[in-house]
Amino acid sequence: MAEPVDITAKGETPDLQAEPMLINIGPSHPATHATLRFHAKLDGETILDLVPEFGYLHRGFEKESEASTWTQVVPYTDRLNYVSPLMNNVGYAMAVEKLCGIEITERCKYVRVIVSELSRIIDHMVCIGTNMVDLGALTNFWYFWKPREEVYKLIEELCGQRLTTAYTRIGGAMADLPEGWTDRVLAVCRGVIPGCIADVNALLTKNRIFIERTMGAGPITAKDAIALGFTGPCLRAAGVPLDLRKDEPYLVYDRFDFDVPVGEAGDTCDRYMVRMEEMRQSLRIIEQAIAKLPGGPINIDDPRFILPEKALVYENIEALMNHFKFIMEGVKVPAGEVYSATEAANGELGFYIVSRGGGGPYKIKVRPPCFPLFQGIPHLVKGQMIADLIAVLGSVNIIAGELDR
Amino acid sequence: MVLDRLRARFPADVVSVHSDFGDDTALVRRERIVEILAFLRDDPELLFDFAMDLTGVDYLGEEPRFEVVYHLFSLEKKRRVRIKVRLHEGDPVIDTAVPVWPGIDWYEREAWDMYGIVFRGHPNLKRILMFEGFEGHPLRKDYPKAKRQPTIGPEE
Repeated sequence: MAEPVDITAKGETPDLQAEPMLINIGPSHPATHATLRFHAKLDGETILDLVPEFGYLHRGFEKESEASTWTQVVPYTDRLNYVSPLMNNVGYAMAVEKLCGIEITERCKYVRVIVSELSRIIDHMVCIGTNMVDLGALTNFWYFWKPREEVYKLIEELCGQRLTTAYTRIGGAMADLPEGWTDRVLAVCRGVIPGCIADVNALLTKNRIFIERTMGAGPITAKDAIALGFTGPCLRAAGVPLDLRKDEPYLVYDRFDFDVPVGEAGDTCDRYMVRMEEMRQSLRIIEQAIAKLPGGPINIDDPRFILPEKALVYENIEALMNHFKFIMEGVKVPAGEVYSATEAANGELGFYIVSRGGGGPYKIKVRPPCFPLFQGIPHLVKGQMIADLIAVLGSVNIIAGELDR
Repeated sequence: MVLDRLRARFPADVVSVHSDFGDDTALVRRERIVEILAFLRDDPELLFDFAMDLTGVDYLGEEPRFEVVYHLFSLEKKRRVRIKVRLHEGDPVIDTAVPVWPGIDWYEREAWDMYGIVFRGHPNLKRILMFEGFEGHPLRKDYPKAKRQPTIGPEE
């Protein structure tokens, strides 16, 4: 890390301003990506101190959830990490199912793995793409936007929405996969994504300008990263191979063969490298999951948790009553508390849920992966140049939707 | 295993334990909370080096009313534990855990902001999601969901 420069000691002209300068960055600034704000104390271009501030996108997710039924919370989870909403849906549904003691169907487990890994890929693409835009490498952004668009088409086909997916339900999913969907997923995963990753790889990974710009920008040691609660790619870039898909296998991740890439220095370059490799590993998982995808129903066979079929509702009084109770009162979840964590694109996405036995949650606390990462930004950039803040911020991938909730 | 060890070390401070839904949970008294957390982090059998989450819960109508919930994770043992502390409404004060995990700083600020729980000794206990000048603590159960407050205008 560069030491703060004492310009008066160098015999410069005495009228040059030698006092630290305070500047404000954000909350509405192209390089802060979301509504983030920093108060920076600068000596020349060197950051002496940095105070992050957020909350501009706070919309009371937790308060709103307490007044909703369990199923009504699913659409709210889309808005947490809006770059990979399907993963939030999966994380939330898993938490409620843990409380209900539901064992979802084999097919649903595989489907959830496939949609999660597709989301991981597009999340990393957005992160790397926009990070590179900030550093002046616009081409990579377009190289990654094309496959991302293809994945969004798949998601739209899956659940009718591109961004606000609300795909999972307690005990299953909104709908089964459309006819031929897996073939189209494979076509994108084989024909579009690897080529785009290779293009970006060719432009950046051995590019001297890129390496000199990112290597050493915002480093962190493994010890500090753990103490600050970092998870996900930012922790792995610091050399800690923690990945809940391997370490606390959920769904069916223990049945797949994939690697967990780790870095060494924990700097912007390592974070980029880890994400690039994770996309390739996600492709491997999708290939294996589709190859093993079992048939059968996607929802569990339990009328307490699954809406009756629409056709039955029209002609059968029990189904009609069931439907009404289901919508108006919500799924009955036993009293208790659980914490359920999944490996989202940015790190550990945890849901702490308290139920008192009603049709809606008594308390939901989201543990967003961004929260400790954003807290750690001053640690990453102190003593570095102000321009490095932009590179580091992009590579840490702060999503205000889940940060502010 | 974790809970047994915790109980053996702090017999007077652990109020109750359970492992419902597979989550190891201990309800402890607040007086020695920092000691308990430091023990969980440093004990060679436990090594809970990650403070994954901290939040408050408002059990309005019960006494003690508030609960502070810590979620810890051990990288080496791949284990989790939940530590809970009950706080009375008139005295929602607990010692800060920032000396144990620097990363817990903002979680405590959020619990202060949302529930009004005071973390004694916290280096910078101020609002984090809401703005300075916001009145009340929005996640308390007696704070109406539809209540509106004027947002901050230019300073006088």
